[in-house]
Amino acid sequence: MTDGAGARPRPRRAPARLLWLTGRELGSVALTFLGLLLVTFFIGRVVPIDPVLAAVGDRAPAEVYQRVKVELGLDLPLYRQFWLYLVKVLHGDFGKSVLTANLVLADIRRVFPATLELATVATILGVLTGIPLGVVAAARRGRGLDHVVRVVSLLGYSVPVFWLGLVGLLVLYARLGWVAGPGRLDVAFDDVVAPVTGVILIDAALRGEWEVFRSAFQHVILPASILGYFSMAYLCRMTRSFMLSELRHEYVTTARVKGMTERRVVWRHALGNVLVPLITVVALSYANLLEGSVLTETVFAWPGLGQYITSSLLNADMNAVLGGTIVVGAIFIGLNVLSDLLYRVVDPRAR
Amino acid sequence: MIPPAIGDQRAGEVMPLSSGRPRHAWRAWLLTETPGSRAQARLGQAYVAWLGFRRNPLAMAGLTILVVLVLVAVLAPVLTHQSPVSQELGRRLQPPSAAYWFGTDELGRDIYTRILYGSRITLLIVGLVVVSVAPVGLLIGTVAGYMGGAVDVVLMRMTDVFLAFPRLILALAFVSALGPGIENAVIAIACTAWPPYARVARAETLTIRNSDFIAAVRLQGAGPLRIVLGHVVPLCTSSLIVRVGYDMAGIILTAAGLGFLGLGAQPPSPEWGAMISSGRKFLLDQWWVATIPGAAILVVSLGFNLLGDGIRDVLDPKQG
Repeated sequence: MTDGAGARPRPRRAPARLLWLTGRELGSVALTFLGLLLVTFFIGRVVPIDPVLAAVGDRAPAEVYQRVKVELGLDLPLYRQFWLYLVKVLHGDFGKSVLTANLVLADIRRVFPATLELATVATILGVLTGIPLGVVAAARRGRGLDHVVRVVSLLGYSVPVFWLGLVGLLVLYARLGWVAGPGRLDVAFDDVVAPVTGVILIDAALRGEWEVFRSAFQHVILPASILGYFSMAYLCRMTRSFMLSELRHEYVTTARVKGMTERRVVWRHALGNVLVPLITVVALSYANLLEGSVLTETVFAWPGLGQYITSSLLNADMNAVLGGTIVVGAIFIGLNVLSDLLYRVVDPRAR
Repeated sequence: MIPPAIGDQRAGEVMPLSSGRPRHAWRAWLLTETPGSRAQARLGQAYVAWLGFRRNPLAMAGLTILVVLVLVAVLAPVLTHQSPVSQELGRRLQPPSAAYWFGTDELGRDIYTRILYGSRITLLIVGLVVVSVAPVGLLIGTVAGYMGGAVDVVLMRMTDVFLAFPRLILALAFVSALGPGIENAVIAIACTAWPPYARVARAETLTIRNSDFIAAVRLQGAGPLRIVLGHVVPLCTSSLIVRVGYDMAGIILTAAGLGFLGLGAQPPSPEWGAMISSGRKFLLDQWWVATIPGAAILVVSLGFNLLGDGIRDVLDPKQG
């Protein structure tokens, strides 16, 4: 009976199987990405602004209008237009921004490091606070701290991020002066450090400009804490529920019966097993921060991708809006895939 | 040994209470083990759910907040004699006082009045989005789950595409195409809110579709339309309601975010997010203009979240 498995053909070796799964995953990601482009294409088409009129102005003679229309490819059938759009986007060509007169991709490259910096610091803060809180809440289920954690995370789901940002500015910056105000740096430090990575904290540290580093840190800490609070609320809730189901397992009872300290049972054994699914959750919360950053960046005058999208939007700069949307969507998809892959690598059962 | 059924415990708990007074007679009628009609059974079930809900203080707090919100929206003209839009520049930027509870804004409008009228907009947005999104998601999910095969693949791929966007960003893109305004904000939020409903409905359908009673209905000659609408959809509604409960706070926050960015309700409409946006200029000196509408948003979305948790505990105890 137990030897039955030996008679069957050997299962594919793990790496090969992993590769196959990855291939299938890639196919489905490509399809999702195609769908994403279809949506942005559709949005670009229904926009009430006539792109030809925008290019030639409304006084142009009919024949110029026709010529430009042909040049822009707008006389072609829709599927051909979509094909052209697809080819352009895959070459990284999102068109020109009307507002800045730069290529949209160049603009995005310029503003993205600011968002990356904000989201990364926020995620670090969220992970460092959310996971331990979730663990403690699960270990002491139903007691004081558990309720506190519950309320804190419930508030995190309910509070408007832009309002929290304004209140933070009002109290911590204007009244108490503990943190710096809007923007990424004090004006005095503008252009002191030439951008290498674009992430000011890293650039300043590389150059050893600690004054600049300090200023950048004082500027990033408030918006990052506010975003980090949302990531904490999410992580803490998920950690708590993962830990609760993990602590019900028999090996936990066994460990306790054998006399292991409660601290070791919870923090080493149970948390060790929970860390694997938590990777996915952390990746998701990182992706969600991109969304929160749209509003936070507006409040803090943070020159990142979110602010780029909203300011383009208010100026009816469609190429920039759609380019930004595609980039954010692509990052979102990428993070999802990455977390899936990591999950498979870390947890042998999922291969 | 069969554990005593839940109904038995309930009967044991209720019997001594029904001592002949009318209220208890109703209670006994509702909680009877042998309902005489379909309506009685349904009402009885709803009453039992309500009893469970009532035991949860946080959920009751949420319900209270929402009842107050609805009352405020309905009674706004009674609760204040001012107009939410008429300007009186002589009294601009007054701090909160006995005359102006929440102060006045930069055009001399009473913020208390504007908050009251703003609750109508909030309820309108949430209501419109839920009413338009839930049936669409339900239909897509149940059809995909029941039909399976190519239909399922296509519909779910579509759902995944929409889930692949962060919601606010997609809503922004839609608003950019449609133009700012409250109707377009509702459309944009609706376009981004349906996929989770489709997911939930599909998952539920997959567990139902191979059950015996569906097979029995099919053997009696029912077509797919009848099966989906008459037998699958009703069974999906409870998980869908749970999902709606969760979603409403998110809808409020997204709508307020759009308003804050200047893409939702337009001035002079007293939408809370737009009020925060216009109060931002005075944040440092006249804090009340921007912070009080935000507190209103916080209270309402907290209410929806508490209610959502409570509904989930009642309708879907396995996830609690």
